[in-house]
Amino acid sequence: MAEPVNRALPTAHAALARLRRGECSSEELVRDVLGRIRATDGGIGAYLWVDEEDALGQARAADARRAAGNEGRLLGVPVAVKDVLNVRGQPCTCASRILRGYVAPYDATAVARLRAEGAVFAGRTNMDEFAMGSTTENSAVQVTRNPRDPERVPGGSSGGAAACVAAGEAVVALGTDTGGSIRQPAAFCGCVGLKPSYGRVSRYGLTAFASSLDQIGTLSADVRDAALMLQVMAGADCMDSTCLDAPVPDYGAALRDDLRGMKLGIPREYFVGGLAPEVETPVRAAIEQCRALGAEVAELSLPHTEYAIATYYVIAAAEASANLARFDGVRYGRRARAESDPMTMYCRTRAEGFGAEVKRRVILGTYVLSSGYYDAYYLTAQRVRTLIRRDFEKAFAHCDALLAPVAPSLPWRLGEAADDPLKMYLGDIYTVTANLAGICGMSVPCGSSADGLPVGLQILGPALGEEKVLRVGHAYEASASRPAAGP
Amino acid sequence: MTSEEGRGADAAAIDVAYVARLARIDLTPEEQARFQRQLDEVVAYVRKIREPDTSGIEPTAHAVAVRNVFRDDAPRPGLDRGEVMANAPAVVQGLFRVPQIVE
Repeated sequence: MAEPVNRALPTAHAALARLRRGECSSEELVRDVLGRIRATDGGIGAYLWVDEEDALGQARAADARRAAGNEGRLLGVPVAVKDVLNVRGQPCTCASRILRGYVAPYDATAVARLRAEGAVFAGRTNMDEFAMGSTTENSAVQVTRNPRDPERVPGGSSGGAAACVAAGEAVVALGTDTGGSIRQPAAFCGCVGLKPSYGRVSRYGLTAFASSLDQIGTLSADVRDAALMLQVMAGADCMDSTCLDAPVPDYGAALRDDLRGMKLGIPREYFVGGLAPEVETPVRAAIEQCRALGAEVAELSLPHTEYAIATYYVIAAAEASANLARFDGVRYGRRARAESDPMTMYCRTRAEGFGAEVKRRVILGTYVLSSGYYDAYYLTAQRVRTLIRRDFEKAFAHCDALLAPVAPSLPWRLGEAADDPLKMYLGDIYTVTANLAGICGMSVPCGSSADGLPVGLQILGPALGEEKVLRVGHAYEASASRPAAGP
Repeated sequence: MTSEEGRGADAAAIDVAYVARLARIDLTPEEQARFQRQLDEVVAYVRKIREPDTSGIEPTAHAVAVRNVFRDDAPRPGLDRGEVMANAPAVVQGLFRVPQIVE
């Protein structure tokens, strides 16, 4: 077995400080990243596509911009992008056969905002096909291994993004989270994963999976980088009418080293049977650490938690079946050779282009929306969604943020849940609730199991409460790195 | 729903072959059998959503309710036609080519 790979790149904020002081150039930084990818990604498989020349060209342009005195909030910082977000001129395949060869004709709004601040787009990262999965094993292209244990999955669906950050093959990465796809791989790989509130970041240019649940966020080495990236990406966008026209606070100013005056809730239902002791122990210790930092900690109840998985898989599948109808072999992507009539072309194109999990979810979604079942499944799920949302509203009336595990288990072994969809779905129990309720959440590393596998602490905040989540995450992270210096 | 429950769980069972046709996906016999087994299990599980009392509860379509979002009706450039058409699987005279639809 290969040795676990650890991170040897600076954070984005540390890199920016060095760039601004002239201690390094963006070209040198990007060369470091490309060198790391060449050295280690063969054993990890985080990246689907890297164009070294293009990345170096962007880096030199950033250096020229700095030399001309034109600063940018991310000037010269390389960002890895999940293969579901459009970056103009780069492939965007969603790790699916059906989009092989697709080249994005425009930038997603989140990408355009990062680009305007000088970010360099160095490569595309692997994912579960169309973001459907929790292990990245549903990629039609390649396997991604967990940098902390190559025999295990990196989580998913943003598994490539989490793995490249954890392995030091990326300074920072963009991911997307529909039911935990940023937070869970962050927990499995041992990095920070921020899912902003629904509507905080524009979804324009994100290939839609479940439009009422999808949100763009980041995988990063620390909480400060998550704040820095969100600062640039957040805010209203005329290209996404669901993106909220709410003021964007100064997220960096929210980062403090103590939690005095904060009330933190512990949802009882997130600590019941099914939670592995190797996960519970470090999460409980992290909660105690937050208490020691000055927070008032109290148990509370989110009574409809047990219906969350069922609700999520009805709604997400329904929305996916509608969104993926656009892949019909007409306007983009591959088309099956049989072209005798449109029906045959559609059915064969989708048979050849989609992998098993995508087919299953499109079929499930078509079923719950079909005549006679719409009320029983889709409409009922939307009503239960209201109950879940109200649970959180009640909880946040009494506390600033909630602390919980991210996933009930340690990272699975490769292949362990690959063809057992229900088993995989049940692993999303602690993360899908935030997407259903539209609230924000973050995973922060909180130690390891006896085998050295990472465990994440999940911090959930109210809608548009990213400052609170970032504050808790930063204070915990700072205290956790203080006492015990590494070997 | 009451009559359906009266006929037992199988009354609402998913017919994967039929639904796959609606979804415009050809399945191999092996896929059909496997997905039938897996989705039977998933559908049986998601029936949990019927357990809580949802009478009088409004459905949530979007977590954050926003209404009537307008932008200025100002013209601006669209995507480059050549770049967009370059992604199409079959093009004739700058148009998407498809199999004959009308006899």
